[in-house]
Amino acid sequence: MTLLPTAAQTVGPYLAIGLPWEDGPYAVEAGAAGSVRISGRLLDRDGEAVPDGMVETWQADPPAGAGFRGFARCPTDADGRWHVVTLPPGPVPGPGGAPQAPHLAVSVFARGLLHRLVTRLYFADHEEANAADPVLAAVPPARRDTLLAVPDGGGYRFDIRLQGPGETVFFDA
Amino acid sequence: MTGEVAGFRRDDRDVHPPLDFPGYKATRSRSPREPLVHLPHTITEVTGPQLGRDRVGALDHDLTRAHAGEPLGERITVSGRLLDGDGRPMRGALVEIWQANAAGRYRHHTDNWPAPLDPNFSGGGRCLTDDDGRYEFVTIKPGAYPWPNHHNAWRPAHIHFSLLGEAFAQRLVTQMYFPGDPLFGQDPIFNSVRDPRARERLIARFSLDRTQPNWALAYEWDIVLRGRDETPMEDAL
Repeated sequence: MTLLPTAAQTVGPYLAIGLPWEDGPYAVEAGAAGSVRISGRLLDRDGEAVPDGMVETWQADPPAGAGFRGFARCPTDADGRWHVVTLPPGPVPGPGGAPQAPHLAVSVFARGLLHRLVTRLYFADHEEANAADPVLAAVPPARRDTLLAVPDGGGYRFDIRLQGPGETVFFDA
Repeated sequence: MTGEVAGFRRDDRDVHPPLDFPGYKATRSRSPREPLVHLPHTITEVTGPQLGRDRVGALDHDLTRAHAGEPLGERITVSGRLLDGDGRPMRGALVEIWQANAAGRYRHHTDNWPAPLDPNFSGGGRCLTDDDGRYEFVTIKPGAYPWPNHHNAWRPAHIHFSLLGEAFAQRLVTQMYFPGDPLFGQDPIFNSVRDPRARERLIARFSLDRTQPNWALAYEWDIVLRGRDETPMEDAL
């Protein structure tokens, strides 16, 4: 038996009533050894902040350990800012067994998005691994840098542009 | 371990709304213009967070008991099953909802339309599915409300639902509607779902069987998250 999947609908402007969790941005406890803060802005076509969105991340455990939550969610604030605190992900195999570069799976929700957007976050300072990553290899070279979080003040910065110049690469997942 | 994992079935194009849908104006400046890039389902996409029991309080499923008094409105239950695309119940899964009050007003600082807030209604709830994949909420029927999308635009009454699924590839946020709503015809969000069968599945059914005498009307709504492809290699995970 194959059932028709339920259709997606937009989160609308009021997701803050139902979705934020107090510990949402923390894939790992605050202050945990080795944790990194990843922050950025969610921007529309005109570079305006998207203040009614939400970003979620999911990732592999770090190489040295297992059992951390691995999942974070953060609503955007009035300036479109979001952040998550997590541990650097370990490498996982990709299609054909080739290793993938460390990455986070990212979901983006907002008023005006009828379905979630899926993107990936890679780390700009893992140049060698990124160059060999099979998913990045399928992205037009000129757009690959939209998927790179850049080192910034001890953490990383990752802006997401929904449309227009520098539009983030989104995936059909 | 190889990278060959059982992926999830790709949904038909018309099941989910297009990202660019002119009838819904907010899509114009927020939907991507570049084509989506095909993403293979790797271990990242076929796994997901195992969240649950520590996130749900005993009364979180009952939106009528979050305050000292009862909210105004028509008391209802909304229940159903969470299934995967093969009809298997999804057990212990987190279901999160949010909605407007009976007057169609959200408890949110940007909702300013002149309908009253209800001091006894916040509008958010969550629960876990049971061993049969069943969830149940007690709430009040949300009201319709106007919005600035087009002239005389009104949203049909609806409840927002969020499901994490068992895997990143199954993540879904959607809305549940009520049967017979006269506002369906003019609502671009409802009508952004082009497959009429998929659109119809967003509408709950009234259930006299589940209606509780002298207490609450019952609506039933099943949710289906896509199922797994045939396993290419049994030991891949």
